[in-house]
Amino acid sequence: MAKKILAVDDDPDYLAQLRIELEAAGYQVLAAESSAAAEEILRQQKPDLAICDLMMEHTDGGFTLCHHIKKLDPKIPVLLVTAVASETGMDFDAATSEERSWVKADAVLAKPVRFEQLRREIGRLLKD
Amino acid sequence: MDTLRILVVDDEPGMRRGVARALQDFRVRLPDLNGEVLFAVDQAESGEEALERIAASCPDILLLDHKLPGMSGLDVLDRIAEQQRDVLTVMITAYASLETAVSATKRGAYDFLAKPFTPEELKTTIRKAAGHLIVQRQARQLAREKRQLRFEFISVLAHELKAPLGAIEGYLNLLKNRSAGDDPAVYDRMIERALIRAEGMRKMIMDLLDLTRIESGKKKRELTELSVREVAQNSIETFRPDAMKRNITINLRADDPVMMTADRGEIEIILNNLISNAVKYNRDGGSVDVALTRNDETVTITVTDTGIGMTREEAARLFGDFVRIKNAKTRNILGSGLGLSIVRKLANMYGGDASVTSEPDKGSTFTVTLRAHSQAQADSHASPRDP
Repeated sequence: MAKKILAVDDDPDYLAQLRIELEAAGYQVLAAESSAAAEEILRQQKPDLAICDLMMEHTDGGFTLCHHIKKLDPKIPVLLVTAVASETGMDFDAATSEERSWVKADAVLAKPVRFEQLRREIGRLLKD
Repeated sequence: MDTLRILVVDDEPGMRRGVARALQDFRVRLPDLNGEVLFAVDQAESGEEALERIAASCPDILLLDHKLPGMSGLDVLDRIAEQQRDVLTVMITAYASLETAVSATKRGAYDFLAKPFTPEELKTTIRKAAGHLIVQRQARQLAREKRQLRFEFISVLAHELKAPLGAIEGYLNLLKNRSAGDDPAVYDRMIERALIRAEGMRKMIMDLLDLTRIESGKKKRELTELSVREVAQNSIETFRPDAMKRNITINLRADDPVMMTADRGEIEIILNNLISNAVKYNRDGGSVDVALTRNDETVTITVTDTGIGMTREEAARLFGDFVRIKNAKTRNILGSGLGLSIVRKLANMYGGDASVTSEPDKGSTFTVTLRAHSQAQADSHASPRDP
């Protein structure tokens, strides 16, 4: 059965593209345009992996959502996607356990994401 | 309450004690500051000792005798300038010649005090120095905050410009790799969306140029006596085609020409932004009412729509830079998030303001007030931001 990926991004174009790319790679996609929509989906279904944008309605909405997903089930891998890190100087990563203690994500990818890279990260996190 | 540290450098112990005593309970109240300034006096008996103390912990004000046993006061002044110490120096000089004073101020002293001086003369000088110091520090603090704001503005700008570029690139890659199957209609939609995002990006760049010209004060302004009603009529005609496509009617209510002294381009920007928003965020078949009035010296523009409206919380942040209300109802509406920020800045330039009252799903009313004969100075805008 196809693995389910929750994709959250407030840019409808980016979300549509993510859906096409992920479906082409054989995943089932649960798409949400806001943190609230994502929380709603999470109440009904459990994804195998989640991809969240950092900057949504609130500048750090993605952090909060990652935190909620990890609270729901720490085993769900979370990919945080962001376009802000380098410009704001608030560079962060999830490479060390110290960083992962506050960035509740398993990997951080810079936007625009290259889809080959995204697929590789997903493959690594889902170990398939 | 602030305490300023004073270091008094004099080889005469009586002089040092006298200064310390005079300033012991001295308080200065400054108009721009809440509370009072107190002084803590420290002493050094030679230039060498003074430099050591400054290196260890820099005082706020240096009371420096000109004539010292070892290195002279002017030598100390030079060393302080070399080391770029953040200290305000008042020279004490026994022979109050103009020459010494000029020489000292040339080398960076702020003021000088002629020996012998009374405690009152000392206090007057110190009051002046403290005022200068605090104003200078506040100015520096403000400059730092401005830089910070500018930095935040640029990082948000980079984010807002990268988002449409990323979306366009994404679609081009999908088209290049034919990743979405064989249905050509799917690809047509992608091309359509890519074009819409490119258009949005262009609009943002235009708005940004408007904003930069307004804020830098470099925009060439031509103040003339003009009719706001006439500008509104032109603006309405510009947006009429968009409105008709969605069966939205636009009405103008103005009992007279509503004359004011203004730059035509700026009044156009205000009306274009308000009317275009009222059409964009309206429901199909809705209406837009533009009303213009002039009471005494105030021109009031109100634009009311029957659109999606917004919550009180959303309305409160609406006039900031790059603020866009993001929800399901606005997801397909393009905007730079700069239009209303520009409207408010322009209104401020005309001694007025911009505000909104709104109710979700009922509509919004935007009100802009302008002084009919303001100085309309570009440098009087209220925002400290200067991108």
